[in-house]
Amino acid sequence: MAEITYLEALRQGLWEEMEHDDRVFILGEDVGRYGGAFKVTEGFLEHFGESRVIDTPIAEAAIVGAAAGAAHMGLRPVAEMQFIDFISCAYDMLTNYVATARYRAGLPTPIVVRGPCGGYVRGGPFHSQNVEAAFFHTPGLKIVYPATARDAKGLIKSAVRDDDPVLYLEHKWLYRRIKETLPDDEDVLTPIGSARVAREGKDVSIVTYGATVWKSLEAAEELAKADGISVEVLDLRTLLPLDDASIMASARKTNKVLIVHEDTRTGGLAGEITARINEQAFEWLDGPIMRVTAHDVPLPYAPTLEDFVLPQTDDIVKAARWLAKY
Amino acid sequence: MIDNMAARVSAPAAPGDAATAASIPVGLTREQLLEMYRYLRLTRSLEERLTALYRQGKVIGGLFRSLGQEGESVASAFALERGEHKDFLSPLIRNLGAMLVMGAKPVEILRQYMAKATSPTVGRELNVHFGDLVLGFLGQISHLGDMIPVMAGIALSFKLRGEPRVALVYIGDGGMSTGTFHEGLSFAAVQRVPLVVIGEYNQWAYSTPPERQFAAPHLADRVKPYGIHAETIDGNDVLEVYATTKAAVARARSGAGVQFIEVKTYRRKGHAEHDNQSYVPPGEIDRWAKDNDPIDRYAKRIVERGWTTAPALTEIDRAVAAEIDAALASCIDDPLPAAASALPGVLTQPGAAPLLWYRRL
Repeated sequence: MAEITYLEALRQGLWEEMEHDDRVFILGEDVGRYGGAFKVTEGFLEHFGESRVIDTPIAEAAIVGAAAGAAHMGLRPVAEMQFIDFISCAYDMLTNYVATARYRAGLPTPIVVRGPCGGYVRGGPFHSQNVEAAFFHTPGLKIVYPATARDAKGLIKSAVRDDDPVLYLEHKWLYRRIKETLPDDEDVLTPIGSARVAREGKDVSIVTYGATVWKSLEAAEELAKADGISVEVLDLRTLLPLDDASIMASARKTNKVLIVHEDTRTGGLAGEITARINEQAFEWLDGPIMRVTAHDVPLPYAPTLEDFVLPQTDDIVKAARWLAKY
Repeated sequence: MIDNMAARVSAPAAPGDAATAASIPVGLTREQLLEMYRYLRLTRSLEERLTALYRQGKVIGGLFRSLGQEGESVASAFALERGEHKDFLSPLIRNLGAMLVMGAKPVEILRQYMAKATSPTVGRELNVHFGDLVLGFLGQISHLGDMIPVMAGIALSFKLRGEPRVALVYIGDGGMSTGTFHEGLSFAAVQRVPLVVIGEYNQWAYSTPPERQFAAPHLADRVKPYGIHAETIDGNDVLEVYATTKAAVARARSGAGVQFIEVKTYRRKGHAEHDNQSYVPPGEIDRWAKDNDPIDRYAKRIVERGWTTAPALTEIDRAVAAEIDAALASCIDDPLPAAASALPGVLTQPGAAPLLWYRRL
């Protein structure tokens, strides 16, 4: 039992799956000798060898396409996007080829595409993106987005074992900031498609995922202390398919829902979640479903600008307080 | 381009140049020569039958012909080790011949074009977009270039597992303009995977000629800088395509990495059956049909060399027509897929997309 970071949990999960199943291999830019831009695969090349840890050209479509081809033949590739921002270069391959493969042709395509997402790190417009909305719209993909070290490990292991293509979105702001003690002696697995109540509450539900789980928890703590408002925080963990049952259970319990995501507002996941609550739990609501999101601009670099654009704990406090009083 | 091509076309064998069976090139037997002829004829006759069905309104959607390109398609696939879990290819829309060689059945093609419930994709995908992982062919998607990375990955799996298998993939003079083609080829070249790429220079990408796709005379020139073996051949010479592919496949299998073969050929029909080819210079199609049809050239050669006889070929033509008749009769009345069968199978889990609420009202 040792306290480990979110990053180390992810690394352990990958390592264990490669030990567990020799069909699993890694490919991506700088994943081998260098161990990955964030060192997620440090030591993998030395341990697993060149045939299972493959450095590739800067060619995201080739990385994903080759992963798909190898997966058809029975292997289980894990493709790394050095920053998730670059997954757009493989958008065609993921949405047209990979996502349709099972439906149109019965092709097994058990691949994982993973990479660091998100802002709060002064990364600027091309090293800070959240890409879930771009793929959320595509039938045939699964999307997971862990917020805790346990789920970082549990979801990568489940993703590797899953028979469908999975996008594994990991938040770089959480990499070394989040720590947790995980058991050594059990297989840490987080089921895909299942949300987690991160904090129980009765007045307002916050439905969120990724880095804003932690900001929502901070907000909940502050609201409890300052206002006596009891906030429930639901960590979605899997974005596709959404865990409707958990979302509706929380909506029915608190009757007020605030959706928080770091991604931009228009066309973001909050819209879909709102529509589902409207369809499935309308009569339980005592207020409008509200959103806290990034502003609709590319993510700027300067700390003053980035902090202004992204949702902050204080934004969540104010929004939840407003909704609680509604 | 076309004048250049004329110079590349092999001279037909002179009368009296008849040779013995011992001189059949590249180790082919008489039986194999006839088998290749059968695939050539099957490809063309099946497409002609599909054209008739298209005009009768039986084909759902577009119809894509490979008229004039059957030679390179059949001969390249014929150079592979075929059978269950042997070599592997991915065709394009004009590689029906390659699919038939790998084991696709005429009835499957007919069912696909008519969107039958009994088709290999159960009515989910069109025309030749289907595959068979056991027999070794993978259906393309419409996004040209995308099959290059995918086939690089399939070839990579052969390399990683130490399997003595080769992957072969087709790309056109238009498809080579895509980024995915170049990304995939570069990756495959660096990894030295056993991949053979057939670059089909068929003179037209829909209505666009090669000089508006790239500023180089040959496709092979464009890929040599990737550090791969690349050559340009007459794509309408069946035996040359076979021999060249056979050698390339052997090199790939022995670890020499990616092999590229540019086949100069000509697309005699439009992009699809609806296309009136108004952009083609007058007389060009007829000239290719008359002087440089791959099946005519092949038939003439194997008869003139004494490797077979004209009646033997006529007999194959008859058998092929009968086979297509039987295939069509067996499937023409098959039903379309049941509507709600559209929902399952997007993912393994959940097993089906939910039926929408208003369909339950």
